[in-house]
Amino acid sequence: MITTGVVYGILGAALSALLAGIGSAIGVGITGRAAAGVIAEDPEKFGKVLILQLLPGTQGIYGLLIAFIALSNMGILGGGIRELTTAEGLAYLVACLPMAIVGLLSAYMQCKTAVASIGVVAKKPDEFGKAMILPAMVETYAILALLVSILAVVNI
Amino acid sequence: MAVLQMKKIHICALKNNRKQILEYLQRKGNVQTCKEEDADIFRRMDTGNARIAFEKRAQTAQQALKLLNSYAPEKKGLLSSFEGKRQVKLTDYSAMEANSEAALSKAEQILSLSRTIAEQEANALRLEVQRDTLGPWLDFDLPMNYQGTRAAKAMIGSIPQPLTLDEICAMLAQTKPELEAYTIEIISADAEQTCLFAVCPQAQADLLEDALRQNGFSRPSLQTSLTPAQYNAKLTEEIDESRAQVEAARKQLTEFGESRRELELLHDYYAMRADKYEVLGGLLQSNHVFFLNGYVPAREADALQQALLERFDCVVELEDIPEEEDAPVLLQNNAFAAPTEGVLASFGLPKKGEIDPTSIMAVCYYFLFGLMLSDAAYGLIMALGCFFLVKKYRNMSPGMKQMLTMFIYCGISTTFWGIMFGSYFGDAATVIAEHFFGKTFVIPPVWMAPLDDPMRMLIFCFLFGILHLFLGLGIKGYMQLKNGQVADFFCEVFVWFLLLLGLIFMLLPSELFRSISQMDISFPPVVNTIATVFAIAGALGIVVFAKRSTKNFGVRLALGAYELYGATSWLSDVLSYSRLLALGLATGVIATVINQMGAMVGSGVVGAIAFTLVFILGHTLNLAINVLGAYVHTNRLQFVEFFGKFYEGGGSAFKPFNASTKYITITEEK
Repeated sequence: MITTGVVYGILGAALSALLAGIGSAIGVGITGRAAAGVIAEDPEKFGKVLILQLLPGTQGIYGLLIAFIALSNMGILGGGIRELTTAEGLAYLVACLPMAIVGLLSAYMQCKTAVASIGVVAKKPDEFGKAMILPAMVETYAILALLVSILAVVNI
Repeated sequence: MAVLQMKKIHICALKNNRKQILEYLQRKGNVQTCKEEDADIFRRMDTGNARIAFEKRAQTAQQALKLLNSYAPEKKGLLSSFEGKRQVKLTDYSAMEANSEAALSKAEQILSLSRTIAEQEANALRLEVQRDTLGPWLDFDLPMNYQGTRAAKAMIGSIPQPLTLDEICAMLAQTKPELEAYTIEIISADAEQTCLFAVCPQAQADLLEDALRQNGFSRPSLQTSLTPAQYNAKLTEEIDESRAQVEAARKQLTEFGESRRELELLHDYYAMRADKYEVLGGLLQSNHVFFLNGYVPAREADALQQALLERFDCVVELEDIPEEEDAPVLLQNNAFAAPTEGVLASFGLPKKGEIDPTSIMAVCYYFLFGLMLSDAAYGLIMALGCFFLVKKYRNMSPGMKQMLTMFIYCGISTTFWGIMFGSYFGDAATVIAEHFFGKTFVIPPVWMAPLDDPMRMLIFCFLFGILHLFLGLGIKGYMQLKNGQVADFFCEVFVWFLLLLGLIFMLLPSELFRSISQMDISFPPVVNTIATVFAIAGALGIVVFAKRSTKNFGVRLALGAYELYGATSWLSDVLSYSRLLALGLATGVIATVINQMGAMVGSGVVGAIAFTLVFILGHTLNLAINVLGAYVHTNRLQFVEFFGKFYEGGGSAFKPFNASTKYITITEEK
């Protein structure tokens, strides 16, 4: 039976996939435009700029991951929906929020750094290692949010 | 684990040996030249012009090759980018010297053919536009510039709107009512214009022209004594001729496809000569002798000295690097660690006095990478795939080979951790057994399944992190002791170890730790006491000694206290290792999602096919994304957390004077 709690729970999972996914889509999109500019000048840099373009894409995957763990914990995947109380449902919703919100914003911020790093690669391809680390710094916070969300969802 | 010892080499020889010696050094490729102070009796040769000339020729060859690639593309395999440079025998390379003019003229022919193609294509396009404007006039059988007879004036032109004959007559009557005798024939009319032919007596010519013009009449831009049909035929002929020329040029270009190898050789030949002239320009020369100074790795120095003395009349001296000079850095590591040299180099090579941390880093690198990817099947695919490429393409560029070898080891480590965590394509075996065979089958993890007990795994990640960071701090201490800075070691490393170890052992038995980890650790009271003493001693030591170079004691204590505040950065550094858990879970959970999605279709034959498709596609994607993630974040943990503790980098790489070629490598016959 679908209780109000279940609806809240699904809302949490959906938000996590939604917001983090939107963030990554925006991020990968913007970074891709910068990458295309570099490829137009020098197609051989494709491999390097592609890696930088993919960096803001991970938040969407983390969001999917939280959504999946939440859905599976609520029993929506694999049959047998648990009859969550409203409080339990809200707990799932809140547990998903770190990933949802930090995912959205960090992907956007990471994409700006990645665009700047693409500029580095365009001018100095040898400094790729350093250029790659800068956007990876931003991702740390997405990973921390992912961790909090995982721990919270798993332990509800 | 070493930065290679360098020596300085000084060569003095007669000028008539100059070419041979330089070429020999270039082929050996183990000397980095350096500029020396000017001396009165020596001059430098101005080689700028010669170098630019060579570079220009190399560029010509390069452009010709580019054109060949677009007109006569080479058939390449999917994995051809791993092939690396072609090997060319020294004799073949030397033959180029005699052949270079001929090869260059081929390159120039290619360039001129491509110019012809561009010109003729533009010409054909221009003529086609002309032919198009002629279209509406094709039915007209007088020359386009026909003026009429002595008595009658003819006017040819168009009005930019669709009109019938009656409409035109009405318009003319309205504009010039006094117009009496004229006749108009409509040649063609479409939505945009009406082409017409008007005749009137010469006496009324001006009147008619005026009337027509007021209604928008204009003569065609094309003025020729040919009839439109004749002119059309002429244009068509010219267009065909241009097209034929383009075709012929293209065909010729395609035939040049066979000269690709020759042009590649030509490019590298001139690029190498340009390099040689650059070195030549830096040499000190008198009327009869020249001096060359450079760095050479110490282990190759004696052999090089011998070889030079045997081959040429020259004096070769070797010298240890002077104290004040920064020698270029070349790393040497064993086969296990060397693949991660590239990672180190992208952060920065060790500067003077720093040790080469590659071999320690390599172990950590493989360990952490495997922990993040942590799937046995993925690891195996990665290791075997890279192994296959390395074995198949033996000539691949050294950088590429290094990277692939690194991924072989990373793959092996990934396989190890996958077995530890019981992850093989996620839970593929379980899903397949349950879905297609109706059985319950689980491959048990050797150690633990992270998703079942994430808190425990998280604690282990922090433990790995602490060990990694301590290792970094330990290396810092080692370097200081090695350089004899015992006081620095005590004030900057030892006190930190005291404080951190004390804090950790105070934390472990605490209620806080128990509530987080659900682990009950208790020590005998004496350990607790020792831990407290360590922590206090360490903290005091940091406050008092961290800034001991500061004269004012009060300021020194204040700065020391601020240094103690740096303990919080240790906390954030350790927390940063939580990414090990997060990325490991990401791989496993997404793999599980893929397996479940595959199983959603059903269990029959259709289900099996759908499962296979989803499985292959999904796991390829997951592997790619997570290898990228593991690579990026392993680098980060090394660069930021690990190197942050002890390593600065900033050495300049050893850039020997060698054959910096693009397409070929020269092999010397033995």
